[in-house]
Amino acid sequence: MLISLFITCYNDALFPSTGKAVVAVLERLGHTVEFRDAQTCCGQMHYNTGYAREALPLMRRMVDVYRGAGPICAPSASCVAMMRDHYPKMAAETGDQRLEAEVADLLGRVFEFSELLVDRLGVTDVGAAFPHTVTLHTSCHSLRSLHIGDQPERLLAAVQGLQLVTLPRRDECCGFGGTFSVKNAGVSTAMAADKVACVLGTGAEVCTAGDNSCLMQIGGALRRGNAAVRCLHLAEILASTAPGELPP
Amino acid sequence: MIRVGNAAAAPEFAVAADQALANVQLRRNVRHATEVIRGKRALVVAESDDWQALRESGRQIKAHVLRHLDSYLEAFEENCTRAGGHVHWAADADGANRIIVDIIRSHGEQEVIKVKTMTSDETRLNAALEGAGIAPHETDLADLIIQLGNDTPSHIVVPALHRNRAEIREIFRQKMGLPDLGGEPHDLTTAARQYLREKFLRVPVGFSGANFLIAETGAVCVVESEGNGRMCLTLPRVLITLAGIEKVIPALRDLEVFLQLLPRSATGERMNPYNTLWAGTTPGDGPEEFHIVLLDNGRTRVLADPVSRETLQCIRCAACLNACPVYRQTGGHAYGSIYSGPIGAILTPQLQGMQHSTSLPYASSLCGACYEVCPVKINIPEILIHLRRRIVEGGAPLGERMGMKGAALAFSSPAWLRRAQMIGRFLQRPFRKGDQLAHLPGLFAAWTRTRDLPALPAQSFRDWWAARERGGAS
Repeated sequence: MLISLFITCYNDALFPSTGKAVVAVLERLGHTVEFRDAQTCCGQMHYNTGYAREALPLMRRMVDVYRGAGPICAPSASCVAMMRDHYPKMAAETGDQRLEAEVADLLGRVFEFSELLVDRLGVTDVGAAFPHTVTLHTSCHSLRSLHIGDQPERLLAAVQGLQLVTLPRRDECCGFGGTFSVKNAGVSTAMAADKVACVLGTGAEVCTAGDNSCLMQIGGALRRGNAAVRCLHLAEILASTAPGELPP
Repeated sequence: MIRVGNAAAAPEFAVAADQALANVQLRRNVRHATEVIRGKRALVVAESDDWQALRESGRQIKAHVLRHLDSYLEAFEENCTRAGGHVHWAADADGANRIIVDIIRSHGEQEVIKVKTMTSDETRLNAALEGAGIAPHETDLADLIIQLGNDTPSHIVVPALHRNRAEIREIFRQKMGLPDLGGEPHDLTTAARQYLREKFLRVPVGFSGANFLIAETGAVCVVESEGNGRMCLTLPRVLITLAGIEKVIPALRDLEVFLQLLPRSATGERMNPYNTLWAGTTPGDGPEEFHIVLLDNGRTRVLADPVSRETLQCIRCAACLNACPVYRQTGGHAYGSIYSGPIGAILTPQLQGMQHSTSLPYASSLCGACYEVCPVKINIPEILIHLRRRIVEGGAPLGERMGMKGAALAFSSPAWLRRAQMIGRFLQRPFRKGDQLAHLPGLFAAWTRTRDLPALPAQSFRDWWAARERGGAS
């Protein structure tokens, strides 16, 4: 199947290894990946901060870029949530019925990474090997916007050698929240400290999630505290086939 | 001016939050209390087999009332009056306080016993009463602790949640003149009971808020846990109730929905221990004179906004406070309003006017925990974003606006995005420590003060992909 990758703006710039991992997993499963270079950003940061006017052209760009594409895979629950939760309303506000229809069509094709694998492609065993203890942070957007259930756990459970440890208080926000993390840095940091304490309590070597934004927050606090726990996107664990050392 | 409690003098949220974060005892108390309530709520919600249907019913009833608020309020007025009550209308806080002071004065009284009510905190009634030489006595145990401690509520349902038992003992010792008071729950409740009983039996004017106003019968419903409320509602000769206009529901049968939703959401109980319902007056039974003041104080303006009018569906259960990871860190005082937590973050700016409250709509990570627990399905994250949009349209800080414009330009084409990524890689050089950025200036300093930030790697994904397409990448 031809799958179009929506890398998302921050993965493109900050976490290219996540994109490479998504490509590796999908190609290993026998699919073909395309990357449309005209893509930039879904508009989440602008929209959530109150800049709806700036977010609108980014939504239009998404519609234009993925016109005619098949399933679209985004390794970020929060970007998919942005689209599902807000695009229909944004399109309706323009009064442009064609745009509304195109947005609806786009949304029918967009999948978060674990949704695509488990729900759309019907796969849980992607042939990965990762002999480490891992704990899973369920991001707020995957949990409460996309209502993703146990898809990530099922994917992780099928990974050879992987030992999954449950993260206590897993439904609690890590405190990232986009611009919240700088506008209310004090509270955001306190929330990260709680999350870090839970992660450390599991004794896991790796903390994973479907959202690098959460992992940037959790990982940033872990590193500042000189903790040895690594943060890795779910795709990077699923891409791993070599037992032994953690990827760099 | 429309006011909400002590908000006028409060600092912006981030500043007040940092002060709260430094108070270890406060945070411990708030965390403990919210976790206890959350745990109880989760149990009684899980045992209800039609919880989602109940929430939807609650939402629909409230949304229906808001669409027809004018006719339901008039029906309530007519039926309450027929039952012997006196209905007053107040456009704002000062108007409501004036009406209440005048009623008490007309009876020549100088004291009033109060049932727990947030609305009278919203109008700052106690200050108005004291200014008129009338002494208000709070009778809800938590409100009594707040009043005696010269404090302000930090939670909608459990206003003294930020106080622990040792602190309460100290307040009672000093303010009740009980130097030998013990610290066990029994000691504290006995002291409160003796202190309050004397007032219940002596003061002839009672005051309450309302949980629900029933249009069909003109009745008022108050739910509570202690029974002190019922004392105030039944013992005095004169009873005055203050209620926001959004409290009206169509009919008695609608209580079936709300009397399940409210206690389970608020205190994690299947039912409140005391559910008091009365219509007007009944000769020989309860108060001889009943007044109700219906308060607008900005509510009709909220109603006029098609997105945020959902705010008025709120039944003040405070489940969103207990669920909120921000509230759990800071407690309620940081919100600078008696309405704190997620509901406060949307209610306060709307009641008070945006110019005083440009920070509250940003006091959320938009994690959605509030929406998930709300018994009337108020989409708080969506309303927060809506209010943020209004702030931006009214003029956000220059630095932020420039940053957002810059980002919009970067995202306007892949060519601009590549350029922006290149500039970023160049600018980060002096701050690089391995693959991390430890200390950044300007807007980013707020992040790097407490957290590392990954540096932009040499090659973006799109450049890797382009190279791979050309056959040059791994």
